[in-house]
Amino acid sequence: MAATRTSARSSAAKSAPNAAGSNIAEFTKDQELEAYRMMLLIRRFEEKSGQMYGMGLIGGFCHLYIGQEAVVVGVQMASIEGDAVITGYRDHGHMLACGMEPKGVMAELTGRRGGLSKGKGGSMHMFSKEKHFYGGHGIVGAQVSLGTGLAFANQYRGNGNVSFTYFGDGASNQGQVYESFNMAQLWKLPVVFIIENNRYAMGTSVHRASAQMDFSKRGLSFNIPGEQVDGMDVRAVKRAADHAVKWCRDGNGPYILEMQTYRYRGHSMSDPAKYRTKEEVQKMRDEFDPIEQVRSRILKANMASEDDLKKIDATVRSVVAEAAEFATHDPEPDPSELWTDVLR
Amino acid sequence: MPTNVLMPALSPTMEQGKLSKWLKKEGDVIKSGDVIAESETDKATMEVEAVDEGVLAKILVPDGTDNVAVNTPIAVIAAEGEDVSAAAAAPAPVAAKAPAQTKDAGGEKPAAVAKTASAAPLPSAEIASPPEAPEGTPMVMTTVREALRDAMAEEMRRDGDVFVMGEEVAEYQGAYKVTQGLLQEFGPKRVVDTPITEHGFAGLGVGAAFAGLKPIVEFMTFNFAMQAIDQIVNSAAKTLYMSGGQMGCPIVFRGPNGAAARVGAQHSQDFAAWYSSIPGLTVVAPYSAADAKGLLKSAIRNPNPIVFLENEILYGQQFEVPQMEDFIVPIGKARVHRQGKDVTLVTYSIGMTYAIKAAAELEKEGIDVEIIDLRTLRPMDNDTIIRSVMKTGRCVTIDEGYPQCGMGAEIAMRIMENAFDYLDAPVKRVTGKNVPMPYAANLEKLALPSVAEVVAAAKAVLYR
Repeated sequence: MAATRTSARSSAAKSAPNAAGSNIAEFTKDQELEAYRMMLLIRRFEEKSGQMYGMGLIGGFCHLYIGQEAVVVGVQMASIEGDAVITGYRDHGHMLACGMEPKGVMAELTGRRGGLSKGKGGSMHMFSKEKHFYGGHGIVGAQVSLGTGLAFANQYRGNGNVSFTYFGDGASNQGQVYESFNMAQLWKLPVVFIIENNRYAMGTSVHRASAQMDFSKRGLSFNIPGEQVDGMDVRAVKRAADHAVKWCRDGNGPYILEMQTYRYRGHSMSDPAKYRTKEEVQKMRDEFDPIEQVRSRILKANMASEDDLKKIDATVRSVVAEAAEFATHDPEPDPSELWTDVLR
Repeated sequence: MPTNVLMPALSPTMEQGKLSKWLKKEGDVIKSGDVIAESETDKATMEVEAVDEGVLAKILVPDGTDNVAVNTPIAVIAAEGEDVSAAAAAPAPVAAKAPAQTKDAGGEKPAAVAKTASAAPLPSAEIASPPEAPEGTPMVMTTVREALRDAMAEEMRRDGDVFVMGEEVAEYQGAYKVTQGLLQEFGPKRVVDTPITEHGFAGLGVGAAFAGLKPIVEFMTFNFAMQAIDQIVNSAAKTLYMSGGQMGCPIVFRGPNGAAARVGAQHSQDFAAWYSSIPGLTVVAPYSAADAKGLLKSAIRNPNPIVFLENEILYGQQFEVPQMEDFIVPIGKARVHRQGKDVTLVTYSIGMTYAIKAAAELEKEGIDVEIIDLRTLRPMDNDTIIRSVMKTGRCVTIDEGYPQCGMGAEIAMRIMENAFDYLDAPVKRVTGKNVPMPYAANLEKLALPSVAEVVAAAKAVLYR
C-alpha cells in the first residue's frame, strides 16, 4: 500500500508496486499519444496564459499548472462518464483534461462574455455541468468538503460514479480536510482524495509547514488507505488512479493518492521565487519532465516518429492560438450581466 | 421535616410538561440520586432524580398528568416515620424557591423566562389568519416545532432528492426535537446524523447540492454555523454567479438563531444582519407556526441557498396553522400582523413578541399600532414597509441583534431612501445592546430588547 518514503525532498518518488509487481500502467500506443497530446495542450495553454498575463490581457490571480500535467491527465484516464471532478484555484489543466473548451477557458481568463462563466468567474472559478467539473474554488481546502459532498450525491443516487477531489500539500493542513476524511470513511463515500504535492504551498515548502510530510498517511487515523505516487510519470498516475477508483467503486470508501509533483512556475504570476533555487527547478525540468518522459518513450518504442509528434505539436499550438485569439477579441460582458445569475 | 419534590424544568425555556411516569410508589425508601419519575415535554424526556433521602410519603401529581407547571410540588419525601400531613399542604410559593431536582444543569426556572411570550395562545384578535390560506380553511393549533417538522416531512414525501442532515437529527430525534419522527419515516439514508463537524458537513451539503440533491442542513444553533460560514457565503451563495448561471445550489441551512435563555455569550447571537448582507443568499426568519411551515416548504423548493433562521423560544409556542393539502407561504413577502394608523413597528421572528405586547399596552393609551412581520429578511419586502410608513409617518424597528450595521439600521435607511418626506419623526430602533450576552438573569434581560423599550420608543416617535 503506502510507500515507506517519508520525504519528498530530492526527486519524484516511486510508489510501491502493485500486486502484479509493477507501479506503472502499461500504455498502448494510443494511450501514450493521447497522454502526450493532452499534457502538451495543458503546457502550451498555460505558457500562453502566462504570456497573456504579461500583456495585461489576464488580470487578478493566475495560477499555472506547468510541471504538474501528468497528475490530472493520468487520473482522467482512469475515469468514466459521470465521475465528478473538483479542485482548487490551480484549475486550468483540470478543465482542459475534463474536455472543456480551451476557447471558453481562455476567454474566462481574459474576462470576456464567451468565457465559461460569462466573464464573471475568472481564472479560479469555472464550472461545467456537462463535463461534471465542479470548479474552480478559491478558498484553500473548501473543495475537499464540497468534493466529499459530490461523492455523497453519487452514493445517494447509487450511480457508481466517484468524485475526484484534488487539493494541494498546503490545503492538506486545513481542518475541514479532516472533517471530510472522517465523514467520507464513516459513510464509505466514493471519493478519491488526490493530494497534488508540488512541494510548496505558495512560498512555504512542505518541510516548513507539515509535521507529517508523507501525505499518503494523512488519512491513517481514519483508516483511509493511501499511497505515494510518482506524479511526474503519467503511467504511474494512471495505475494508482485505477487502483483507487476500483477501491471506491467497490464500495470500500475513500482513497488517498499523494501525487508527488512539481510546479515549474511561481505560485501565481507575481511570485518572486525567492524560496527555492533556479537549480532545483532546472533539475526537475531536465530530469523529470512529464511530457519529455512520454515523448522519449514514444520515440524509443517507435510508436511515432519525430514528424508525427511535430504534427501533434502543431495542432496543439493552433488550438491554443485560436483560443488566445478568441479570448483577446471577444467582447467584455454586457453591463447588464452585472445583475444576472445572483439568484435562480 | 418533609421535603417537596418539584416538577423540574428540562431547560430554562420550559414552563410546563407532562409527568409521564412514577418509578417509585408511596412508601418506597428513596436514596439521594434515585430516579423516581419521568417527565417530558414535546422537546425531550427527562428523569426526575431525588436530591433528598427518606420515604416517598405522598404522590401529589399522578402518572400521565399533562401541563404540570415547572416547580409545582409533585411528591413529598419524609424521614422514616415522619408525619407528612403538614408537608402535603405546604404552600407552593415556598416550593418555587427550591432548586429543581433534575439532572439537567441549571434547572431552576430563571427570572429571564419572563421575557418569553406565554405558551398560551395569544388573543385571537392579534393573529390574522395566514393570508396565504383560502378563506374558511380549518385551522389546527400547532407548535412552531411541529410545523417545521411537518414542512420537512411533506417536502421529503414530495421529492426524493430532499434529505436532512445535521447533529442529532436522526436517532436523538433532533436536539430540539424539530426532526422528530423523520428517521422513522424516511430512514437513515435521508435523515443523516453527522459528527460534530459543522464546517465539514456544511461543505458536504453544498457539494451535494451542486450535484443536484436538495439538502436541508440543520445547525444545532446558528452560533455553531460560524464554523461553517465560509461554505455558506463563499461556496453556496456565490457559485451560481461565479459559474455564469450554470451551477446552482438548492440548499436550506436551518436551525435556531439568536438568544435562547441563560445560555451565555457564545450561544446567544442573532445572525440575521450577517447573512442578509450577502448577495446570493435568501434569508427567512418566521415568527408564527403557519409562516414557519409555509416558508420552510417554499425554502426547500427554492433553487437557491436559503438561510432559515428559527428561534428556540418560539419552538414550543402554538399558533393556528391552516389544515390544507399544500400550504405554502411565498418568500419575500412581509405580513401586516396588525393594522394601525399611528405608528409602524417593523420586526421579525421573536421580535414580534415584543411588538405584540407593546401594541396592547399602547392601545390602552389610545395609540393605534401597525405591526409588520418581515418574515423574509433578504429580499426584504420594501413595499410593505414603505406603504405602512407613508400611512403612519412614524416607525420603530425591533430586533435582538446588535445595533451597529444591524437590521434596524438597514430598515431605517430604506425608509429614509424611500419615504423620507412622509416621516414625522426620525425612525427609532430597539435592538440588543452593544455587549456580548451576559449570563446573569437580570443582565441578560437588560441586554435584550424589552416591551418597555418598545413602548418608550413608540411614544418618542409620536412625541408623547
